[in-house]
Amino acid sequence: MGAVVGTLTMQTKQNRRPSRDKTDDELEMTMVCHRPEGLEQLEAQTNFTKQELQILYRGFKNECPSGVVNEETFKHIYAQFFPHGDASMYAHYLFNAFDTANNGSIKFKDFVMGLSILLRGTLREKLEWTFHLYDINRDGYINREEMTEIVRAIYDMMGKYTYPALKGDVPQQHVDAFFQKMDKNKDGVVTLEEFIVACQEDETMMRSMQLFENVM
Amino acid sequence: MAAGVATWLPFARAAAVGWLPLAKKTMPKPPVDNSSRSDEILYLNVSGVRFQTWKNTLDRYPDTLLGSSEKEFFFNEDTEEYFFDRDHEMFRHILNFYRTGKLHYPRHECIQAFDEELAFYGIVPEIIGDCCMEEYRDRKKENQERLAEDTEANESMDAPLPPDSTPRERLWRAFENPHTSTMALVFYYVTGFFIAVSVIANVVETVPCRPPEGRIKDLPCGEKYQLAFFCMDTACVLIFTFEYLMRLFAAPSRCKFMRSVMSVIDVVAIMPYYIGLVMPENEDVSGAFVTLRVFRVFRIFKFSRHSQGLRILGYTLKSCASELGFLLFSLTMAIIIFATVMFYAEKGTKGSTFTSIPASFWYTIVTMTTLGYGDMVPNTIAGKIFGSICSLSGVLVIALPVPVIVSNFSRIYHQNQRADKRRAQQKVRLARIRMAKKGTTNAFLQYKEDRALGGRDSDSTALCVKNRSAFEHQHHHLLHCLEKTTNHEFTDEMTYSELCMTESVGFRTSRSTSLSSQQGAQNNPTGCCPRRARRRAAMRLANSTASVSRGSVQELDTLHIKTTSIPPQTRSSLNAQADDLKLNCGEQDFTAAIISIPTPPANTPDESLPPSPAPIPGILRNTRATAFTHETVKISSL
Repeated sequence: MGAVVGTLTMQTKQNRRPSRDKTDDELEMTMVCHRPEGLEQLEAQTNFTKQELQILYRGFKNECPSGVVNEETFKHIYAQFFPHGDASMYAHYLFNAFDTANNGSIKFKDFVMGLSILLRGTLREKLEWTFHLYDINRDGYINREEMTEIVRAIYDMMGKYTYPALKGDVPQQHVDAFFQKMDKNKDGVVTLEEFIVACQEDETMMRSMQLFENVM
Repeated sequence: MAAGVATWLPFARAAAVGWLPLAKKTMPKPPVDNSSRSDEILYLNVSGVRFQTWKNTLDRYPDTLLGSSEKEFFFNEDTEEYFFDRDHEMFRHILNFYRTGKLHYPRHECIQAFDEELAFYGIVPEIIGDCCMEEYRDRKKENQERLAEDTEANESMDAPLPPDSTPRERLWRAFENPHTSTMALVFYYVTGFFIAVSVIANVVETVPCRPPEGRIKDLPCGEKYQLAFFCMDTACVLIFTFEYLMRLFAAPSRCKFMRSVMSVIDVVAIMPYYIGLVMPENEDVSGAFVTLRVFRVFRIFKFSRHSQGLRILGYTLKSCASELGFLLFSLTMAIIIFATVMFYAEKGTKGSTFTSIPASFWYTIVTMTTLGYGDMVPNTIAGKIFGSICSLSGVLVIALPVPVIVSNFSRIYHQNQRADKRRAQQKVRLARIRMAKKGTTNAFLQYKEDRALGGRDSDSTALCVKNRSAFEHQHHHLLHCLEKTTNHEFTDEMTYSELCMTESVGFRTSRSTSLSSQQGAQNNPTGCCPRRARRRAAMRLANSTASVSRGSVQELDTLHIKTTSIPPQTRSSLNAQADDLKLNCGEQDFTAAIISIPTPPANTPDESLPPSPAPIPGILRNTRATAFTHETVKISSL
């Protein structure tokens, strides 16, 4: 009787081993580290001081010890700032905007260059960056579908419980208003120049650019 | 929000650029952050081990000690560091929590020490990471159980009864814990003996005895010596009834007692006898009567009051109820299945014993438990095949829940053993703690003595004063203040019990005293012995001695000798009584029985607090008494 029980337990032990090997392999693969370029080089390429870069890197390394951020982690981090709604779509577009090399991961250099433009760049640089954010397929034009995606992603971040309650066609109306403002020649797409000119004319937006004061 | 995410806030704010073209209204002004932006390294000195960390790291959790301004209380300006007088090994884990956002529980640390550290640093234990949370919870539960057992043990049985317990409470205590008094122990053993006698009688009365003359067939002893057995049974039942009624009377909550298992067993043990008494001896009910006699065997369960092992077994079975239930259920299922199969397999054969499915149940049970009586045996091949499958599976089904039950029993048994060991050790521990406590209280009383003693001799006073630390000085001063406030004095246990005794005695003899001795006391305006109750008792006794001279004869048990030439005491309210009786302390011819040696009043003018009396001769105060001229230690009666 004891032999029966004994053989039963032995059987389960043997079955367990192969699966453990598989997970070990997976672990090894994620251990690959990436190191950024030197501090001086980054300082030369961006508009940050050494201290600021240090602070940024410490925060970056804390969250991503392996040195790269993949999209999942990126979405997770960004979602923590917007717990009410679903920030995953907007985070996806942001990720693509930061990931200039389009290799599916953001290294510290990409991260810090993007931040440098947004926080310390000229107005034109900021607007160009925003244009690239909106231009999902990177064809140089923003069309209605892309804009609708972006607007919907932003509204998703608000979540369900808003005041006044969110109705279905509000994003569409927002897109229409945007195109009305931006599309000067009414050809259905917005080019980079149209975008920049329209934004510079927009008083509200220019005033809002103060958003980037004191961020770092 | 996780810790490190706070450092991504600048990024999140920068990413808001994507909203700007879409916004219809102006964005609000960003908050102005006046604090210095540059990060600095903070130094944390924990019991000499220096930790360094960025200020931002600590700021991640602003509702903890290190993250809030509370740490400023620990800032040492000379060394420009934060000094914490705590365990540095555990601080490591706490600092790691700030760094990584995960709190880990070190397995080799005591759970309570860890909890205290967390409480000190303002961290809630709930954020312990998943990796360590299970271990933490298990240890905490174990600790709490252990503490609950301790307090339970403390407040139950072994604690001494409060002196003002009613006889009913004492009786209940005697029943529940027979070791408290000899009477209870005697009763315990007597009932045990009678339980045994009753059970043995029940057993023996069915044994066949030699038949009396004129009969051939063997008779069971119960019928041969019917009267003897009946008398024995009656005696046992009387004792059990008496015990049950006593318990019922003494129980603090009668309803709860009547519902308890032991009480039910008691009732079931004695009821058959009474029912048998009242029932008539006719043939119809005698069958039922015989059945009732079976219940007499339940008396053996009364032994569980006397045996802890039985109780543990019962408790184990109760706690393994689910496993037992599973065992029963699976067995029933298997029995029904195999009985059906065997019945249909053996249906055709002639003279088969498998007459019905319920009849096959017996075969299945006997086979599954591997008994194999052989009274029912399959004859067909199919029957034999299924029979063998039945016996193989029986072994398996029974063996599965057994380890669970065994491990449960082992756990409970060890727990019980641990509880017993702890209770035994607890007594020693408590005794040691009590002695240590007594040391501190005695220090104060000792100090008072020394002051009194050393009052005449300034050198020794200085010496004994120097021996105390600054803390003790202030502590004793505090106790003095309390004494002054309440007009009572601190004394020790023995003195107090003596006091109670002498007071009762003093009351007896003081009735006949009069205050006419006041005159004699005018020579000595002071009260004598400054002891409060002692004085009272002493006054009365001395009063009585004074009145002895007037002819009243009394037996004196104790008498305090008053000493002369004592500066007036400042005990206000008590002095009033002392003034009642200003005895002639100068009289030295008081001879009286002395049980306790009086304490000399304080001779130090500054210190009016007298030392505590020494109630029992042989204590060091004896020596002090010899310093005084007027003490008499003669024991005689007037």
